[in-house]
Amino acid sequence: MTGRQLITNAQNTWCPGCGNFSIQHTLKNILAEMEQEGKSLDDIVLVSGIGCHAKMADYLNINSFYALHGRAIPVATGIKLGNPRLTVICCSGDGDSYAEGLDHLIFAAKRNIDITVIIHNNRVYGLTTGQYTPTSPLGFKGKSTPSGTAEYPFNPLELMLASGATYVARGYTKKMDLLKKLVMGGIAHKGFAFLDVLQICATFFPAADYYSPRVYELSDHDSTSFESACIKSREWDYNSDARIALGTFFTRSLPCFDDKMAVHEIEAKDRKQAIEELLRMRA
Amino acid sequence: MYQNIRENLMNDVSVLIGGKAGDGINSAGALVAQLLNHLGYDIYFSIDYPSLIRGGHNFAIIRGSDHSIGTCWNPIDFVLALNNETIERHRDRYTPETTILFNADQVKSAGVGIPVNAILAGENAPAIMGNSAIIGGFAKAAGIEWDVVKTVFTASLPKGVDLNLKVAKRAYDQGEKIHRVSTGTKLPRPLFTGNEAIGIGMVKGGLEAYVSYPMTPSSTLLHFLAEYQEKFGITVVHPENEIAVILMALGFAYTGKRSGVGTSGGGFCLMTEGLSLAGMAELPLVLVVSQRTGPSTGLPTYTGQSDLQFVLHAGQGEYPRLIVAPGDAQQALFWSEIAMNSAWKFQIPAFILADKTLSEGTYSINPSVLSDVPSGDSPGWPGTVPYLRYADVPSGISPLAFPGMKDAVIKVNSYAHDEAGITSEEAGVVEQMTRKRLRKWERLTAEMQGYPGVTLSGNPEASTALLCWGSTKGVCNEIASLLGLRVIQPIILSPFPAVQLKDAITGVTKLIAVEENATAQLATLAEQYGIVPDKRILRYDGRPFSPDDLLIKIKEVIV
Repeated sequence: MTGRQLITNAQNTWCPGCGNFSIQHTLKNILAEMEQEGKSLDDIVLVSGIGCHAKMADYLNINSFYALHGRAIPVATGIKLGNPRLTVICCSGDGDSYAEGLDHLIFAAKRNIDITVIIHNNRVYGLTTGQYTPTSPLGFKGKSTPSGTAEYPFNPLELMLASGATYVARGYTKKMDLLKKLVMGGIAHKGFAFLDVLQICATFFPAADYYSPRVYELSDHDSTSFESACIKSREWDYNSDARIALGTFFTRSLPCFDDKMAVHEIEAKDRKQAIEELLRMRA
Repeated sequence: MYQNIRENLMNDVSVLIGGKAGDGINSAGALVAQLLNHLGYDIYFSIDYPSLIRGGHNFAIIRGSDHSIGTCWNPIDFVLALNNETIERHRDRYTPETTILFNADQVKSAGVGIPVNAILAGENAPAIMGNSAIIGGFAKAAGIEWDVVKTVFTASLPKGVDLNLKVAKRAYDQGEKIHRVSTGTKLPRPLFTGNEAIGIGMVKGGLEAYVSYPMTPSSTLLHFLAEYQEKFGITVVHPENEIAVILMALGFAYTGKRSGVGTSGGGFCLMTEGLSLAGMAELPLVLVVSQRTGPSTGLPTYTGQSDLQFVLHAGQGEYPRLIVAPGDAQQALFWSEIAMNSAWKFQIPAFILADKTLSEGTYSINPSVLSDVPSGDSPGWPGTVPYLRYADVPSGISPLAFPGMKDAVIKVNSYAHDEAGITSEEAGVVEQMTRKRLRKWERLTAEMQGYPGVTLSGNPEASTALLCWGSTKGVCNEIASLLGLRVIQPIILSPFPAVQLKDAITGVTKLIAVEENATAQLATLAEQYGIVPDKRILRYDGRPFSPDDLLIKIKEVIV
C-alpha cells in the first residue's frame, strides 16, 4: 500500500532540538497508521494557532487551517459542527490557548465538542523570542519580565478538569511512545480531548534536565475517577519541585456538543416552503 | 403646518402605545399593526425603549399609510396609554383630532377610559390579557369591524385566542366609534422587522449556520433564526464571545457551509481580526452589523449610522469586501440574499450594514415583487491533483474544494501563502497573491454594477436631491414626496458604486446629505469619488429623524 507523502516540501524552520519535531513525528506516525487501517486522510483536518507549534500546518500534508493566535479552537469547533464526519485535531501553543485564547479552551471543554486539542506547552513564547507564558514558573526571566515574573503559573490540567474536559492527559516530547499513545487516545475519545505536552524549547526554555528526572508514567490510577484525577493533577503545580505524572488523568463518556447540535438538513424546496409559510403567517 | 401635512396624508393613521417596560408594548403594537394591515394599509411600526428590563417608559408607534413607508410623523391619531407617563410625555404629538384611550385603572386622563380590571374580572381572565381590552376598545373607536379583530387575533396570538377575544369583545361592545379610520385598498401583506427580513434573505441565499453573540440591535436576528432553525434546517450557535463567533463561522465556511454572523459595533470590534483572516484566507462569510448610537457602549437601544467608515476599513491589510446597506425590510430581504451569494461567488466577507431603526422596525413586504436573485457560487474543483486552494487563476477566484473530498489537501492560511496555501515570505509570492485578491476586487466591482446599487426615488427630475443611506431613506422619501425632491440612496457602499451614483445625480444642482451621524460618513465617502454634497443635515442623538423635524431642516437649506 502506497500511502500519501505525509510531509510537505515546505522548509522546516524549527530550531535543532525543538520538541515540535517529536510531536510532528508522532502525528505523522499516527496518520500513517490510520491510513493503513483504512481511515481516509481526506477526512482529517489539522487546525493550528500562531506560534512555533503552528508550523505543523505547513509541514503535514493533510487538510489544514492555519488560523490566528489563540483562535485555533473556535475554528476547530466550527469545522466539527460544519462536518461532524471529520476528525479534527487542533495543535495550539501555551501562549495560544492558555493566554490569548483561554476562553475558547474553557468553552470547548465545557461543550464537550469532539475535537482533540494538543497543547505544545514549552512554557515560553518562542516565535516572539522569549517572553513568559501562563505556565512559566514564578520568577521566569523573559524579555518582557527581565526581573522575573511576579505571577504564579496556573495548572492547565486542573483548569481543564474544572471546565468539564472529558479526556485530560499530559505527555512529554522526550517520551514519544507514551506521547503517541496519548494522542491516539485523544483522537479515539468521543468528546473533548485535552493533551498538555511538556515540550522542550531548545532556544528559550531547554528544560529537559528538569523534566527528565522527574517524570513518571501513571499506573494504578483510576482515570474514571474525577477525584483521583484532581489529586493527581495537583501533584505538580507547574511551579514547585515535585514528581511529574504523565499519562491519562481523566476520561469520561458524555454526549458531545456536535451530536447535540446536529441539524436535520432539509431540501431546498422544503426550505422555500418554510419561507412561503412564514410569509403567509405574517400577513 | 400640521394641517398641510395632514392634507398630504389623507389615507394615513398613526397609533401610539405607551407603558412601562414589561407592559407588553411590543406585542400590543404588533396586534395594532396587523389590524391596520388588514384594513389595507402599508405599515411601519417602531419601538422606542430604554436599555432596561422592567420599568422605564416604552412606546411604540404604528403607522398605516396608502403608500410604502419607513417613518412616523409626530402627530398621532390614537394614543393607547397604559400609564400616566404616556399621556404626559407625548402631549406634543396631540392634535385636536387625537383620540386618547387609556387603562382607567392606571391612568387619569380626558378621553376614553377602558375599565380593564372589570373586563378581565368579567371574563375571569389573567392580568396579562389586559392589553386585549385596550386593543378591543381601540378597534371600536377606530371603527374597525369586529371580524377584522377576530381574524387578526386568531392569526397572531400564539395561544389563548378565545379568551383574549372575549376580553377584547367586552371592551369593543362597551366602546363607541369616535374617529373612523378609512379603509385602505391593499390586501394584507406580510409584516417583518428588518432583522427578520435579513434572516430570510440569508436563508434564501443558502444560509446553513448562523453564529452570534447577543448584542442589541442585532439580537432579534439571532432569536428569529434560533426559533426557526429546524424549519430552515440551519445550525444556530451562540458561543462565548464575538471572537469565537467569527472564527467558528469561518470554520463552517471551510467545510463548505454557508455561514453568517450578526452583531453591533462593539461586538464587531472583537471580530476585526477574524474579518481580516477571512480576507487573507479567502473564506466566504456574511456579517450583519446593526448600528446603534456610539461610541463604545453608547445608547444600546437607540439608532445611529456612525459605523460606515469603521466597517469600510475594519481589519488590517487590503482585501475586497462587499457592503450593502438596505433601507427597509423589502430591500433587506433582497440584498441579504445577494450578500450571501456574492460572499460565496468571490470568497470574500460580505456585510449587511443595518441600524436599529431598520433592524427593529416592522415593515410591510410585498411578496409579489420578491425577485429571484441569481445564485452565486465559486467554481468547483475539477479533481486535478494537487489541489491548490489559492490557484492563481485569471479571475482571482480559485476553485473551491472542501475537506472530505478525495485527495484534495485543502490548506487555508492566515499567513501570506503560496498557491497551495503554504506559508511564504517570498516577495514574488506575496505580490502574486495580493494581485490575485485585487483581481477579485475588480471582478466584484464589475459584477455589482449589474445590480441596482443606487436607488432613485421621489421626483427623479428634481434638481434638489437628498443623499441618504440605510433606514433614513424612509424619512427622506416622505419629505421628498411633499416637496418634490429627488432621493438618492446608495445601497452598495463597497465597492463604491461611483458610476451609478454619478448617473443618479445628473441634473442635481443641490445635493443634501441626510445622515444619522455627526460627521456625514457617506458624504465623506462620496467626496472621495468627486461627489460633493452641498449641505449636510445630521442627527446624532440616537433618535431617527422625524419627518416633521427633517422637513423644517430641509426647508431651511433649500430656500
